[in-house]
This record gives sequence, C-alpha cells and structure tokens, in this order.
Amino acid sequence: MTTDQYDAVIIGAGHNGLVAACYLQRAGLRVLVLERNEHIGGATTSISRYKDYTYSNCSYVYSLFRQEIARTLELYKYGLQVIPYEGGSQIIKNPDGSYDSMGTYWHDDANRREIERFSPRDANAYERLNRDIVRQCRFIKPLLMRTPPDPTSFKPRDIMELLYLGKRFYGMGKEQMLETIRFYTMSVGDYLNEYLENDALKSYLAGGATVGTALGVYSPGTAYILLHHAMGDIDGTVGAWGFARGGMGSVASALNDSFLASGGHVRVNAGVSKFIVQNGKVKGMQLENGETVKAKLVVSGMDVRRTFNAIDSNELPAWVVDRVSNFRFRGSSGKVNIALDGLPGFHGVPEGSPCLSGDIHISQSLEELELAYDDWKAGRWSQKPYLDMLIPSLIDPTMAPEGKHWMSVFVQYCPYKLAAGEWNEERKQAFGEHIVDCISAFSPDFRSKFLHMEIRTPKDIEDETGLSEGNIFQGELTMDQLMFNRPIPGYAQYRSPISGLYMCGSSTHPGGGVMGAPGANAAREVLRDLGRGVQQ
Amino acid sequence: MIANTANNQRPIFERPILETPFYESYKHLIQNDQYEEWSGYTTLASFANDGQEYFAVRNTCGVYDLCPMIKYDISGADAERYMNRLVTRNIKKMLPERVTYTVWCNDDGHVIEDGTVFRLAPTEFRLCCAERQIEWLLDSSIGYDVVITEVTQDIAALAVQGPISCNILKKMGFTGVEVLKPFQLGNFSLNGYDVMISRTGFTGDLGYELWIDAEHADDLWQALFKAGELFGIRMIGSLALDMLRIEAGLILVNVEYMSCFQTVRPNRARTPFELGLDWVVDMNKGHFIGRRALVAAQKNSLKRKLVGIDVDWNKQADGALLYDSKTCSRQIGEVTSALWSPTLKRNIALAYLDAPYYAGEKSMWAEVYLHRECQWERKVYECHVTPKPFYAPERKRLTPPEDL
Repeated sequence: MTTDQYDAVIIGAGHNGLVAACYLQRAGLRVLVLERNEHIGGATTSISRYKDYTYSNCSYVYSLFRQEIARTLELYKYGLQVIPYEGGSQIIKNPDGSYDSMGTYWHDDANRREIERFSPRDANAYERLNRDIVRQCRFIKPLLMRTPPDPTSFKPRDIMELLYLGKRFYGMGKEQMLETIRFYTMSVGDYLNEYLENDALKSYLAGGATVGTALGVYSPGTAYILLHHAMGDIDGTVGAWGFARGGMGSVASALNDSFLASGGHVRVNAGVSKFIVQNGKVKGMQLENGETVKAKLVVSGMDVRRTFNAIDSNELPAWVVDRVSNFRFRGSSGKVNIALDGLPGFHGVPEGSPCLSGDIHISQSLEELELAYDDWKAGRWSQKPYLDMLIPSLIDPTMAPEGKHWMSVFVQYCPYKLAAGEWNEERKQAFGEHIVDCISAFSPDFRSKFLHMEIRTPKDIEDETGLSEGNIFQGELTMDQLMFNRPIPGYAQYRSPISGLYMCGSSTHPGGGVMGAPGANAAREVLRDLGRGVQQ
Repeated sequence: MIANTANNQRPIFERPILETPFYESYKHLIQNDQYEEWSGYTTLASFANDGQEYFAVRNTCGVYDLCPMIKYDISGADAERYMNRLVTRNIKKMLPERVTYTVWCNDDGHVIEDGTVFRLAPTEFRLCCAERQIEWLLDSSIGYDVVITEVTQDIAALAVQGPISCNILKKMGFTGVEVLKPFQLGNFSLNGYDVMISRTGFTGDLGYELWIDAEHADDLWQALFKAGELFGIRMIGSLALDMLRIEAGLILVNVEYMSCFQTVRPNRARTPFELGLDWVVDMNKGHFIGRRALVAAQKNSLKRKLVGIDVDWNKQADGALLYDSKTCSRQIGEVTSALWSPTLKRNIALAYLDAPYYAGEKSMWAEVYLHRECQWERKVYECHVTPKPFYAPERKRLTPPEDL
C-alpha cells in the first residue's frame, strides 16, 4: 500500500501512541497508527479470556490519566466512564494466629477511628503524611505536562523552563525544599518510618512504592514512586483511584474512537521490525510481514530499547546505543487475573464491610516486603510477594456475570530471568499456583470459588505487549531515569538522533502509569518542529 | 469510653460518627434535624430556632455540648516545663485551678492552634483544642518527664452560658460557684460524683463550663435542665455559638486560619501576630517552640493582620473581598467571619487587612454579593476598622455575678 497519504505514522496503539495520534490528527496532520497485535491498547486492554468474564489484562486502575487530555480528546463523549472506588483492606495476622484487618474509608473519621484501633498516634501522623505527599504533588504535577528542560542548554526555552522549575521549587518554602531533596533520594521504608509506627499501615502504603521497580522498600529512591501513585486524582480528590467502566480497555477504545472520528487510521497486525533511515533521516518502516511503509515523520510508542533496536546502529552515535542498552527495565512484576464463582471471604474482614471493593493487601511488614525483594535478587518469585488485589466486579457490573467476580492480582516481585532457567509453561503455572496459595492463606474459600486464571509473568508481558523485560513503566522510575534523564540525557525532549523520529512512550518524561502525558507532550514537540500549534 | 448508645455500637463502616455522652439526654429537644459533624461526633447546628438559641445566651442561659472538643491530659514532673515550651504564654506564672487562653506554634512561629490550658494541679494540665494533634504533643515531649493522654471520650463537658448561668448552677447546689473569677476553676460534687467547673466560655458573656466523667453525663444534664427549667434554659447549636463568638471577637480554627500542620500552600500558615494575638505571646519568658522565628518576625513590619471591621450597611459581608477604593481597583484584604449583630445592631466582621490598612486610618470598601430572590447583586460598602471584642458586657467579668 502507499502511505504517501499520511503525514505521520505512530508505532503502537498503546494509550500513549493513541494520545499522540489524536493530537496530531486534530492538528491537521494525516496520521496512521501501526499496531503489532490484532487488538489495540498495548497494556491498556480488557480482553475476555474466560466465558462471560472480562479482565483488565495488564493495567487495572485509573487515576493518573491527565484530565486535560481526556477533555481535549473528548474521551467522555467516546464512552470513557471513570468510577472512583472506595475502601481497601490490609489484612493482619496477629501473633496468636488470629486475624484482623485495617480498612480504609472515604470518611475521614471512619479512617481515623480505624487506625486509632491500632495506633492513636498513627491516626494523627497519617494526616500529616498525606498532607506532605499533597505538598510534593503540588510541586510535581504541573511538570507532568511540560517538556523537561535540558539543564546544559542555553536555548531560551530551556532556560525559561529551568527558571520555572526553580521558581516552583523555591515557592515551596525552605522547609519543604529541604524535605523535597530528602524525599527524592530516600527509601519508602525510611520515609514511612519517620511518620508511622504500625507495621500494617506501613506495609499497606509501602508496597505501592515498589510497583514496577526492581527495588526494595529500603532501597533509596523508592519514596518517589509512592508519590508517582499519589499524584493522580478522580474529580479533584487527590490520590484517589478508580475503575474505567468496562475495564482499562475502554480507555484505549475511547482514544481509538476519538482518533477515528477525527479522521485517523489504525492498522492492526502491523508490527514494525526495522526503521528505514537514510542520511540521519527516517524514511519509513519495514513491517514484520516484509511490507515497507514510507514515512517522513514517525512517533514511536515502543519503549526506548525496542525503538533503538529497530534502528541500524550505524545510524546512531555510539554513546546513544550504549546509554540505551544501559537503560534499566529489570522486569519485576507479574499479573494474575482470576475468575471467581462468587465473592471470596477474607480472614479478619468483618461481615458487611465495604473495604473489599478497594485494594486488598496481605503483606505484614516492611521487613516481609524487603524479603520479597531478596527473592527477586536471587532469581525467584517472592515466597511472600506484595499483592495488590482488586475485585473490580464489585463496582463494575459489566465485567462478570451477576453474582460472580473477577480479581486482578498485581504481583511484586516476579523476575524476568529465573535462576532456575527460562520461563516455560510449567514454571508459569507454578507461579500462578503459588499466587493462589498466597491468597488462599488469607481467604479460606478462595480455592472453592476459583474458576480460571490468566497468568502473566514478565516474559509474557514482554511477549504480548512488547514492554522490554515486562517492565510496566517502560523503564524504572528512579531519579536517574526521570525528568531530563528520561530516557537518556540529551534526548529527553521526545526527539531522537534520527531526524523525523520521535518517542512518545512511557520511556519518556514523565514515565509510566496510564497517564497519557508522554503522548501529549511528544505530540506538542512534533507540532512545534512543524511550526504548528496544538489543540488545548 | 465511647458513650453507650445503639449507634455508637455499630461497626465503623456503618456509622463513622459518634454520639456524645449527652446525646440521649437531649435528643428529644431536636426539632429540625440540623445535624452537623464536629470532630467525629454528631452535633447540632440548631435544635429548634438558632435565633432564639442565640438570645438565650444573651438573655437567659444557653447550653452547648462541648464533648467533641479535643482534650489532652498532660502530667508528670516536667509538666510545667513542657507546657511552657509548648505554648506561647508563660505557664510558670499560672497558678493551679486557673485556665489560660493561648496559642502554640511550630518552629517557624506558625500557629498550630489556639485553645485553653487548664492547670488542674501543680504537675497536671489539660489542653483543650479543636484539632487532634497527639503526634506533635508526643514528638515535642521527647526528653521531658511527662505522660500525655487523649481524654476526649472520657470527659463529658457542657458550656452553660448567659446572664442567669450562675443562678442556675447555684440552684443545682454548687455553692461557692459565684466566687469563681473569670478563668478560674473549682471542684464541686453532685450526687456523689466530681464536677469541675471553670468560668470559661466561647460566647463573650457570663458563663461556665462543666467537666465530668462521661458516665455521669445524663445525671448532670437532667439536674441542670431541672434547675434551669423556669429560667428559660435551652440547648443551643453551632449556628448560635458562631454568632456569639464573632460578637466576642474570638477566632476559630479553619475559619480565621488553618493549622500550619494542615496548610498545603506555604503562605497560608499564620503567626500569632498576624492573628492579632500578640498579647498571648510572652517573648520574655525564655525559650518556647517558635520563639526564634517570632523574634525574627518582630523585626519586620507586619504584612497583614486580622482585625475587627464595621460595615456601613445592614447585610452581612460574608466572604467579602476588601478594596482600597469604591471602584475596587486593588484588593487589600478579605472577610473571614461576618455577622449582623442582633445585640449591638451593628454589621461586624473579622477580616484580614494588608499593611497599612489594618491600622484603621485609611478608608476601605467591601465587595458583597447578595442573593436576592434568586438573583445575585453586587454591592460595595465602606467599612472601618473597629476594636475587638465587639461585645464585652460588664457581667462577663463581674464577681460575684449579679444575683437575678
């Protein structure tokens, strides 16, 4: 086919690729999206794997997606509906073998009284912790939709952006400036220990700070990841999370419908094997089926490793090849989606509690979480992993038959490379069974409700979505890989050493999570180079 | 101990809000279900008619349920040293059986809260405030021989306020209550249990607060209302209390200021000077938390200050922005609390004003939005700085009070 009819080609119909595609198409370009799989969405999908059950196969909750993008691209007109969820349970095994649980509630006083059962001091300290996280969010949030400045550049725009950053930083006040510097370098364990004394509350909060990152709760730099998960909001409630009705695939389908409505085209089963580059300029792509697609302007939603692996190294500076090969992915997360014949009960969660409709956690302490990381280092899945469990069907009636449920289980840690050898079907099943065992230890009737599970090791995530080593963020979210270091210094403004080739995936600022900001920022940079404005 | 009512026994997720130890006693007086949550408790914005509840305090006797107020007991060998470090007033000068109004700050000299300190005994104090802050109290007590306990649920309290309050207490048998001076407390007994009575309140009128173990709440309430029946005693809600405290010129946390522990924007925290509370800060008593920052702050002129203003009209200036001119060209302040005072027949407000306007020598205008028959109207009225308290009757200080 001829592709002269397109001004820009986007590689990958993940949420960021689709966001970039929408903005470019709406700016008047003719845009084609090429997707390797037969379905769109990348890691933002809801594909049925069992009877009438629909899973959010990879990403599973909604909060970080930038509201300005959703509004501009009219995602709510194209069917996106976001329902906040309430609740959350930290299940506690007491030393005497009995069980209890610490619930989280939307009502401040319910929350306070619940924590006061365990520690009156922590009930009070938790408020201060939340306030301090909100203060950090206020600093970082406006940076999400901005292109990071190049700190070595003397271009007016970079200098202005650095000044903006400096102004915001100084605007926090002396005490918070000092706190911020500490916050970005410390471990989530040490950070929480400064506020809280109760193990259950600390492990409830800390687990989220290791998500998608091969670091432990006591590894420096993990406190930031806590913030990365707190800076979203649902209808102005900072830090709140919700479900996309119908599963996360409805984010992708709303983006897709918005894109198609503005005149864009999507081709599935069209994976790129190689970029065609001549004299430092991109000329097109060779597809996996051998077909050649011509293009002068290409925006890659693939992660930085896959993007650059598809370019002949001869066309790239040696240091770029080197830096990209050292960009850390280190897959560390697994995902298990389970169909259930009914709602399972959990030890310690009282009858009638609404807390099961939020995130359910079973890790008992920071020490247990750190040991879970030790297993990853040794090339094993964690004996006692951090599990982020949600039952979306408690809130969303569209995902499972009446009275039935499905559970999304995010697993930290699960290695990309096993010490025992390559991932195979037997090991994959053993991993899945281990997770069901872990849950069953806290849910006596879980096994009896079990119907089906979809197991996703880091290897599966890589094979299915193309995320290198199965890293859900397209590269770890540590300070050395954020802002003007993401993905590599000098190319943190969505451009590449190849003229006409841009990046819009989560490997770029501000990183992963279903946020859409990399896609929107990349589109803005493309349009800037074309001398066009972006739709606000 | 949580009061033993049916609602209080329900799981937290079914009923997050608690009923106070007096709730069962007065619930038959609730006419219009104007509930209001305060500090995790069910309280009333008004029981029947907030205007009449207000006048009860200025005319007869109004009773306010104080149970949700946060109370901490602080005792131990270092209790006086610790309290003196915690708050801005000089606690060493404070005698036992006295109460003092004070603020306490963080190390930046920003106000954490204002409240009252009761000196129950030489080494025993009680701190009363509106916001929970056990974490700060424990952290700031490291190195001091003190024990700090929250007693909010264990102590039940009623504010008994108004010109006839003393008569009613005497009729209940609290002989000697009339000799209590303002901010003095005394220990009495009723039907075999202890009742601590302090001559304190949040209304700017003659009044007392009664403090007991929560288990005796109903007995005290019945005795009080039996004694007050023929004097026109009535329960009052927070709407009436808010009118009363504005007339008294008393500030309220989360209205006039936010605790520096809760502010997210760095310029929202306030010093005691900005709140107009210089008089509760003793810069000569030695070190206290925030003193260094306040010494530094004193060297600069105050940028803004909370003052009382009078608006030349008869509609409350709620939330009004204040300007330097009738054309509203430059904002110089804002109203935090506004009231048409039924006792003074004046239109008063508490307001932040920038320098030099808070000195009261320059004229200023309030921009007021009025919702009249479903249509918004914008009005601009001149206003003037006026001394606080707006209302301070002689009976508030008279000891013994007039026997009516």
